[in-house]
Amino acid sequence: MSKLKSRFDRLSQLFLPLSVLVVLLMINLIKGADYFKITMINGVFYGNIPNILFGASELVILSIGMTLVSAAARGQDISIGESGAISSAIFVQYVLSAGEGVTIWTILAGFLISCAAGLVLGAFNGTLVSFFNVQPMVATLILFLGGRSIAFIIDGKVSPILANPISNQIGTVIPGVPIQTPIILTAVFIALVAVVLKTTNLRLYVEAVGINPSAARLNGINPKKVIFLTFLIMGVCSAVAGFIAVNKAGRHDSVNLLKFIMMDAILAVALGGNSLAGGKFSISGSIIGAYTIEVLNRTLLRLEVNPEAIKAFKAVFIIILMVIASPVVRDFARKVIDKAKVIGSGSPIRPAVPISARSAKKEE
Amino acid sequence: MRPKTRLSNSTLLFIIAGIIFILMYGIALISFPVSFRQFQTFFDFFNLNAALFIATLGMCVVMIGGGIDISIGAVCGLVTMACALLLQSGAGNIWGAFFLALGIGLAFGLMHGFLIAYLDIQPFIITLAGMFLAQGLLTTLHKEPLNVTVPTFVALRRYTIEIPWLGTVNRLGVFIPCEIKPSVFVVVALVVLYAVMMKWTRFGRNLYAVGGNRQSARMLGINVKQTIFLSYVLCGMTAGLSGFVFLLTTGAGNIGNGSLYEIKAIAANVMGGIMLNGGVGNLLGAPVGTLTLLTINELIRAAGVQSNLQAIVSGLLLYVFIMLQSIIMALRERRKIKVALPSWLQPHQPQDKSNVESHG
Repeated sequence: MSKLKSRFDRLSQLFLPLSVLVVLLMINLIKGADYFKITMINGVFYGNIPNILFGASELVILSIGMTLVSAAARGQDISIGESGAISSAIFVQYVLSAGEGVTIWTILAGFLISCAAGLVLGAFNGTLVSFFNVQPMVATLILFLGGRSIAFIIDGKVSPILANPISNQIGTVIPGVPIQTPIILTAVFIALVAVVLKTTNLRLYVEAVGINPSAARLNGINPKKVIFLTFLIMGVCSAVAGFIAVNKAGRHDSVNLLKFIMMDAILAVALGGNSLAGGKFSISGSIIGAYTIEVLNRTLLRLEVNPEAIKAFKAVFIIILMVIASPVVRDFARKVIDKAKVIGSGSPIRPAVPISARSAKKEE
Repeated sequence: MRPKTRLSNSTLLFIIAGIIFILMYGIALISFPVSFRQFQTFFDFFNLNAALFIATLGMCVVMIGGGIDISIGAVCGLVTMACALLLQSGAGNIWGAFFLALGIGLAFGLMHGFLIAYLDIQPFIITLAGMFLAQGLLTTLHKEPLNVTVPTFVALRRYTIEIPWLGTVNRLGVFIPCEIKPSVFVVVALVVLYAVMMKWTRFGRNLYAVGGNRQSARMLGINVKQTIFLSYVLCGMTAGLSGFVFLLTTGAGNIGNGSLYEIKAIAANVMGGIMLNGGVGNLLGAPVGTLTLLTINELIRAAGVQSNLQAIVSGLLLYVFIMLQSIIMALRERRKIKVALPSWLQPHQPQDKSNVESHG
């Protein structure tokens, strides 16, 4: 029974991001009925939905790491774009050093080296946060300030171009596969994370540390190690995101690669119904949140909003969403529902969340 | 009342911040005596960065209350552009621009404060939305840089106060007095005002209590929501004012104005010994931290460090300071070091010492 209830809680947490996604898709559908149309060009699927999945791939991966960091460390990592830029710069240098004969193994080795670089950067942040008790945002501020310059120095002052066929295939499509490669990579990454969360105690440990570090310590969990681990995972996530981003772009632009993506990643975590102050978390919520942000960006473009005003519209949207999701409004909605139940002599069906959403909008 | 025998964390961190600043300025004096020995260099920190000082004060208030406001840079930029438009269109005079600046800041502050305090939404997300809103409004208003050429404004901008008894003699033997801008007075007045407010008013003390522990503050009968609300309103107004001062300094509204001020303000506050967790920090640490930040930047610039290394060096220095603070605080918690009040501040009854030990 309690298991069922907790599953219901998890589902209701996902209700908000999902319903927002649906609303956005509906708006798109009203704008033009061919929104879901997928065309096949040269044996590859193209269309709005594949484009969204393609565009959001880095953001999704980063928001997974950010969810874990937020849950355990009770703070956010603002250096993810920078560590992605550094690790991908190392990847690009490795691939370029191989010269003409770039094989799949070169790419794979470069990818592993960039993951190792991501681990080092994550360890740097994690040491500061876990062992020196620095607040996460302050600790990652250091890398945020210096990271782009480090990437710039690794690049050697020009933006190197990845002009080999294999990275081109990773950035776009592999011949014979109907789906763009970044989408596949993202799906593989999500599956990996899901397997890790299912088979290990990571979720339990992270949530325990996030809810109360000293209680977790008394129960035999070392909060420092868990927080350190989440930062390591974050480092790998940013390395993977940097890998995808640089292969998509085809060249390494140390100034603009993954710039200010931490804002979107944090937003994705919050949209997914996760608390930024640690505790229970839902990775699927964050993933949906990340896709929602991408859909929102594309919807605003599709609605032909004045490009100067896009950010303002985005802000209004975020505020409305957060107001609906806020605990005060939720409590208010619950009271309204209870009253309605008393008046309606207790119908067995609980239309819990739709009414809350409606009444919240009314309050707006 | 329990007699104080130990320094509070806020004071300790403030002292560390002060020592770091003196150290950095000392290094600067030794390495580059020609430029740093002039008083004008010191005053130029204030002349050119008055807006940053003011923005940092606002951020400091919010940080002591345990929150964060990352919209201050964008609000500052929006205010410069709005005021520049108002002045250029001839619809308003300088006072109009001043009140417009305060009004925009107040509007953002009210929005943030209401949503964060009364609807209990995470401050980072709401102020992020505020940042997007301000940036969006800024680009909607005007995209190109806009110079303000209204004569009264230019006169105010050019107006400088000379200090006749301070100054340097240049190579030709001509005495050049030090110059300060009117915006410096705004900075000083605000620092004094805020320091008094945080130290002696009910709001300031409530804010420390709320930032330290929200639950216990509530149990003490403090109106937690109102206190947080007011802190964001104050921060918003300060950000608006900083935008006005920014316009006074540069004289043009531009999209890039005030960009990254939120990051600079956080860094300055951290160097000044104000903790992001809230409840700890001396307000005077904000200007001291800003001065440290500016000294470091000036030092790196004067040392002729390659431009792409500058960011790395400032990141490294920030790293050193954060580590220093963290190590000192950790040692203090383990009672490895004791920082006693100086003897002339010690209370008269020494037998009370045993139960004071536990006081953090």
